Amino acid sequence: MKKYEQKSAPICEALERFKRRRVVPFDVPGHKRGRGNPELVDLLGKECVGLDVNSMKPLDNLGHPVSVIKEAEELTADAFGAAHAFLMVNGTTSSVQTMILSVCKAGDKILIPRNVHKSVINAMVLCGAVPVYVEVKVNPEIGIALGVEVEEVKRVMDANPDAKAILINNPTYYGVCSNLKEIVRIAHERGMKVLADEAHGTHLYFNDNLPISGMAAGADMAAVSMHKSGGSLTQSSILLCGENMDAEYVRQIINLTQTTSASYLLLSSLDISRRNLALRGEDSFEKVAHMAEYARNEINEIGGFYAYGKELIDGDSVYDFDVTKLSIYTQGIGLTGIEVYDLLRDEYDIQIEFGDIGNILAYISIGDRIQDIERLVGALEDIKRLYQKDSSNLYCGEFIQPEIVMTPQQAFYASKVQKPVSETNGMICGELVMCYPPGIPILTPGERITKEIIEYIEFAKEKGCSLQGTKDPEVKLINVIER
Amino acid sequence: MDFWFSQMETEHVKTSIRVNKQLYSAQSEYQRIDVFETQELGKMIVLDGEIIFSEADEFIYNEMVVHVPMAVHPNVKQVLIIGGGDGGVARVLTEYPEIEHIDVVEQDEMFLEISKQYFPETAKGFDDERVTVTHMDGLRFLRRCRDKYDLIINDTTDPFGYAEGLFTREFYGSCNRALKEDGIMVYQHGSPFYDEDEEAFRAMHRKAYKSFPINRVYQANIPTCPSGYWMFGFASKKYHPLKDLDAKRWKDRGLKTWYYTTNLHKGAFMLPRYVEDLLEEEEKLAKKENIE
Repeated sequence: MKKYEQKSAPICEALERFKRRRVVPFDVPGHKRGRGNPELVDLLGKECVGLDVNSMKPLDNLGHPVSVIKEAEELTADAFGAAHAFLMVNGTTSSVQTMILSVCKAGDKILIPRNVHKSVINAMVLCGAVPVYVEVKVNPEIGIALGVEVEEVKRVMDANPDAKAILINNPTYYGVCSNLKEIVRIAHERGMKVLADEAHGTHLYFNDNLPISGMAAGADMAAVSMHKSGGSLTQSSILLCGENMDAEYVRQIINLTQTTSASYLLLSSLDISRRNLALRGEDSFEKVAHMAEYARNEINEIGGFYAYGKELIDGDSVYDFDVTKLSIYTQGIGLTGIEVYDLLRDEYDIQIEFGDIGNILAYISIGDRIQDIERLVGALEDIKRLYQKDSSNLYCGEFIQPEIVMTPQQAFYASKVQKPVSETNGMICGELVMCYPPGIPILTPGERITKEIIEYIEFAKEKGCSLQGTKDPEVKLINVIER
Repeated sequence: MDFWFSQMETEHVKTSIRVNKQLYSAQSEYQRIDVFETQELGKMIVLDGEIIFSEADEFIYNEMVVHVPMAVHPNVKQVLIIGGGDGGVARVLTEYPEIEHIDVVEQDEMFLEISKQYFPETAKGFDDERVTVTHMDGLRFLRRCRDKYDLIINDTTDPFGYAEGLFTREFYGSCNRALKEDGIMVYQHGSPFYDEDEEAFRAMHRKAYKSFPINRVYQANIPTCPSGYWMFGFASKKYHPLKDLDAKRWKDRGLKTWYYTTNLHKGAFMLPRYVEDLLEEEEKLAKKENIE
């Protein structure tokens, strides 16, 4: 990383220069620096609304960068150790989908673990790629999906030698990492590309004590959520490419769906956050790791809760663990994760990242202070004191890997009919069904619905998980393929 | 000299005090600490721009947080003070011979040092051998405590500063667990008069209400507080602040006070209409939430 050059933030500097010129706007946006929308200025602040400008020569154009955005992208690539970097304004969803669309066309096979984000499945609905599942190991005690084993990856690759690529979560939502470096080696041996979904792994690029990053492991593309652990604004993301990708082709793919009115609020936040991480990331994430370890230890002392960490590492399906993720198994006090999530929010004014059947996840980041950690630990203890229940008859959400019957695109566009959930056993699902967060599908288009899956959905609903994806807003009916 | 310190009570209202000179100013790890010598109120200590106390009025606050619970609870032996880095509360507590131990948990070491240096009369509390000071986050200290104290006094004032964790539901819950089965917790309840303080005031009562069976609020007139009107919370597991007040026993102790009397004690719990209404509303809300 060229640390001296990283001190520059070309997009922000261009915006500053532009602001000083006090140019009279006869272009969009119509609020004209906020004058046309004073209530917006009251809400967001003059600085913020004033930066909401359109693409133009001095500010470059995201669709075809030649000046300041190009420089910003080059600096970003340098900061992340990539050959090329793209600033993305439609969330990491757009980065992930671009990755898939860049390597697959209709009918191409792509190997994926089942615990992928819904954007992966939706990309396949769009381009007609065919998913082949790599089996994901599960930890039955805490009920979380882990990574993928190298032998299993080899087996699926050998069974599908025509597959174009493999996508790996680095890390998973809960912080589990697979042996990415080895997977890259065996994929490249077979002429397959490796795509890393690093939506939860921005910080891996900036601290040597954390698991290896996608680019460092040799992955061909990586989708990085700058807005999660990178500190930039929500909906801003980064797409990285290794040397073996044709960057210009990738840009064309991006432009298939990218807006032509990219927000400079998002772009400037990406620029500034990249600089912040490049110059101060190592220290910041060291602090974050310490706070997370402290929290982990304190929570484990409460009893009943299990905040897991590096002890899960087994050298294969848990090859490494991201210690900045504070994942806690809650069923020890007789409550599901979603119940604890709701209690924390409603009774203690603490909003954590998510809760599912067995676990909760608290995101520890560069913005946390130790007193906030004390509050989280104190609240968890109070919850145990007040709400603890007998845990014997809690459903331990097993991670289910359904059978694929049709490709996502085929199923999504097929003729469908809505049926009550309880009557869908054995049918083929025509839409996505998932809890959000985390946005990992329980069912995707083309998968066969089983009794197990129906039970899981009913249990999740009963416990208060927020279910999404179905045409029916109340998730009482599922759209299935008409036979 | 026309040299004044102003405390903003709201965006549009401030209290100004004429200053003779500034004695100290520094930034600790947690807050900005300033000490002034004033014309009217003696020396005054200010944290992050808010007056904590002056020599002229510190007696009011310290007496009200100590004598009120001590005149109710029949047998206090173990006391915990959260905050209290100035030593004033500890000093008044040491007038009670039956108290065996007082733990002071003040996170800001610098605040304690400055208090000792500029307010030695107040900080005399720390000289008593029954007093132990620990520098730690209050929530963290409480985590290890169970069934340990007869009285807990939350002496921190700012619900939005670095000590904001000490005004939360989990804090009151932790105090409940740290107290013995007939323990009492006294805490800052803020000022109910100005709009901008109202939300915090309501939230405190609502949270305490969910954590203790008996929750009453009492008042005092403290000139350096916003609108001169300050309130305290009396959260108790067993004793009622009025029904269990043993006035004769307290008077027989022969303690010298400048603010507190057992009659004032009763009057302190008689609140203005608007405050009673506020508190009742929060109790109804809390009951409703509990049922849901």
